[in-house]
Amino acid sequence: MAPSAVFWLLLGGLYFFIPLLTTFLFSLKSNQTGKCCTAANYSWVIHNGEFWHTLKISFLLALETIVISLAIFVPTIYWVHLKVPKLRPVLAFLALIPFVVPPIVMVVGLLKFYQGSPNWFYAQPWGFLAGAYVILAFPYMYFSLDAGFRSIDVHTLTEASQSLGARWTTTLFKVILPNIRAAALAGSFLALAIVMGEYTIANLSAFHTFPIFIQYVNETQGFPAGALTLMSFGITWAAMGSLLLVGRKRGTRAAVVAGAR
Amino acid sequence: MRSGRRRLSFAWIATLPFFAYTILFLFLPAASVLIGAFQNDKSGYSLSNIRTLFHHPYIDAYEGSIKLSLVTAAIGGIAGLFIAYAALREGTPKWIRSTLTTFSGVAANFGGIPLAFAFIASLGPLGVLTLFFKNQLHFDITAHGFSLFSMTGIGLAYMYFQLPLMILVIAPAIDGVRKEWREASANLGASQFQFWRYVGIPVLMPSILGAIILLFGNAFAAYATAYGINSGANLITIFIGAYYSGNVLNNPHLAQAMAFGMFVVLAVMMIVYIPLQRRAARWAK
Amino acid sequence: MAYLELQNLHRDFGTVKALDGIEIELGEGEFLSLLGPSGCGKTTALRLVAGFDRPDAGAIVVDGKNLTNVAPNKRDMGMVFQAYSLFPNMTARQNVEYGLRIRGKDRADRRKRVSDLLELVGLGHAADRYPHQLSGGMQQRVALARALAIEPRVLLLDEPLSALDAKVRVQLREEIRRIQLDLGITTLYVTHDQEEALSVSDHVAVMYGGRIEQMGSPAEMYSAPATPFVAEFIGTMNRLEGTVVDGGVEHAGTTLRIEAAQERPRGERVLVLVRPETVEVGPANGGSGVNTLVGNVVTQTFLGPVTRLKILGEGVDVIADVPTQKALSLPVGTRVAAVLPAEGARLLVLKEDLPQIPEEPASASR
Repeated sequence: MAPSAVFWLLLGGLYFFIPLLTTFLFSLKSNQTGKCCTAANYSWVIHNGEFWHTLKISFLLALETIVISLAIFVPTIYWVHLKVPKLRPVLAFLALIPFVVPPIVMVVGLLKFYQGSPNWFYAQPWGFLAGAYVILAFPYMYFSLDAGFRSIDVHTLTEASQSLGARWTTTLFKVILPNIRAAALAGSFLALAIVMGEYTIANLSAFHTFPIFIQYVNETQGFPAGALTLMSFGITWAAMGSLLLVGRKRGTRAAVVAGAR
Repeated sequence: MRSGRRRLSFAWIATLPFFAYTILFLFLPAASVLIGAFQNDKSGYSLSNIRTLFHHPYIDAYEGSIKLSLVTAAIGGIAGLFIAYAALREGTPKWIRSTLTTFSGVAANFGGIPLAFAFIASLGPLGVLTLFFKNQLHFDITAHGFSLFSMTGIGLAYMYFQLPLMILVIAPAIDGVRKEWREASANLGASQFQFWRYVGIPVLMPSILGAIILLFGNAFAAYATAYGINSGANLITIFIGAYYSGNVLNNPHLAQAMAFGMFVVLAVMMIVYIPLQRRAARWAK
Repeated sequence: MAYLELQNLHRDFGTVKALDGIEIELGEGEFLSLLGPSGCGKTTALRLVAGFDRPDAGAIVVDGKNLTNVAPNKRDMGMVFQAYSLFPNMTARQNVEYGLRIRGKDRADRRKRVSDLLELVGLGHAADRYPHQLSGGMQQRVALARALAIEPRVLLLDEPLSALDAKVRVQLREEIRRIQLDLGITTLYVTHDQEEALSVSDHVAVMYGGRIEQMGSPAEMYSAPATPFVAEFIGTMNRLEGTVVDGGVEHAGTTLRIEAAQERPRGERVLVLVRPETVEVGPANGGSGVNTLVGNVVTQTFLGPVTRLKILGEGVDVIADVPTQKALSLPVGTRVAAVLPAEGARLLVLKEDLPQIPEEPASASR
């Protein structure tokens, strides 16, 4: 191996691991004395009701986002691949918009547009926030699913299914979906990672999600925040690890860059 | 076949929710930012909010955001390029490539509040590294002008997602640099340096430019990381955030104007980028 | 006086002996083809000469200078690769100019030389096109001009035609030869295509398993293959196994009178090598004449002026090329007598089992 290659890889490796290592050391310090080493911060987190409550909210939000995304994107992408492939660039362009528009701009627009809408939507995470998160997840879902659809022969599968007498809904659920399962899973894990870490929109629209709780602890507790940060990192690892596992199968060279900046 | 066609003829209805959704959650809110930016409190139209953007402190916030984004995009882009090349070049074991991709995938997604805290725990006033430098190496980084809460500190944290993003985006392009080109170049008498100067970098340039613009947008849009480190940072996203999370919504139209301004900055970046890209890629298909 | 010498080159990749003692001496201005199936070591040898790889033992000497440990960019070797080696960000002209630019040659000289070279390869009109705007054949012409631009000590060609269409391939190989003769440049040419090697070279070296099986002029290689492998690899050959007996070789129950057999000890197992075009074929009329093998025509392959007949009989498996006109009177199913020549045939002593020749995916003829 070339010495310069060793240097750059070492640099990258250190940049990756040092903040994690220091956060770990930080999380072992006692909240009372500031001295090492105690597991008290982890126990504080686990015995905190708010932790479980907000974690549950964020997780359910992620599930809702995934379900809505799949329900509206899968039939559309299927249809476009099958009948109007000319629209594919249009969809790709639409999918790039949420990439380009900063979340903070998006939330400003959403807040203004939906101001005064009914409370069951505007004041509920399941309404307003989930609505915004589906848009955030759009690029990741779209590019994963599109790659999945491209890797199978939609036309032949559909025609074969129809020639056997299946209706298009049957074709979609019994033939197409099983074949794009890996792609749908990849998109779902990305969506999970995004929603579990999203702070900007939740904060500006004043919903109490998991990242909001982390920031609250950051500001008020010090050392337990280290434990919480590592747990959050673990969630990212789990989502990305699952993504790579399903990505091993064919048809999922998905975008792996999500993010909650 | 005929019956199949009839069965499919109403299936386009299934795409309606998608288009309805993008209109309701993407286009109409975007349009309302656009309109709101040019409104005043009395729901009349005016340029006063736009004009305000050009004054202190707003113009400084834009400047801060643009500078931070440019610097982290440039440094992250160049360092990411070197790291990716180090992992992909001949002589580097194959497992390093897949490990780097995995870690980059994780790191690029590890942003926002947790990332901010990881840096506070490392380089904040009571951070593990800060104390290590002070107690073990007798080097007080604070006394030497470093503060995590400064733009430099925030930039260091941004690098944590900028570097891996660059690696992920540029790796396929580096893979596209053929061995034959390197060998042909050496064969014709060129040094390694000359190869990169005349062939390697020019061939990669369109991808590098594209990646750097992506990194710029990535940093420019970032809010949570900066907020988590220093909720008073002089960045435009922090300013917009302050209008909402402060629970005092005295002039929502100003916030909309600021959001509109971010659009404009991104549009200007694209206008600069597209001709550069076209020039760099004039040899490509 | 040899200009290019490869002295006892060895190169191992793990347990595989890619090169197992290669010796080559080539005079100035000569054209040598390294011919062999994939994996025979021919490309390894070329890469050692270019300097992209170092030998485990042995030396590479050009014009009396030992280049074995010289870096590739200091060797002045012009190399043409299989395909896709043009720098995509440069026009044809800039590609050809590259080596001169690196050498810091004067701008005006550069332009003149580049234009001349592009004319030489017939691409004067395409100088300002980018590689993706050129066909595969045109790209290889540019690559050739680029390699020639630096006035290399040796021109190295690594299967430069294998990615091209059959027609372009024939055209371009003739042009390569013309240019090589024009410039009098010492050339090492790697190919798996025996027709290509035979048609353009001064010398051909057939390689197998990291060794040179035989080296000689194309005519020698064709008419006097020294090993069963060469016999099989070059051209089409009938290979008849037999045993030396009094007055000839016993094969399929017939004694073939072969001149070459007279010098061999009786009882020796040999291969009788007969080119299909030397086999005479006529209708079988009962009695068996001298050197005659009887069988049925099982296939006819039209090859233009001649038609190739495959003849199978009891222990008999012969192919013969006969004038197409004559073949019309010998349709499939005809019982025929194939008469082998007493003189043209060669004998090879069968020392070991014949090597299997691996399939060559891109092979055009054989």
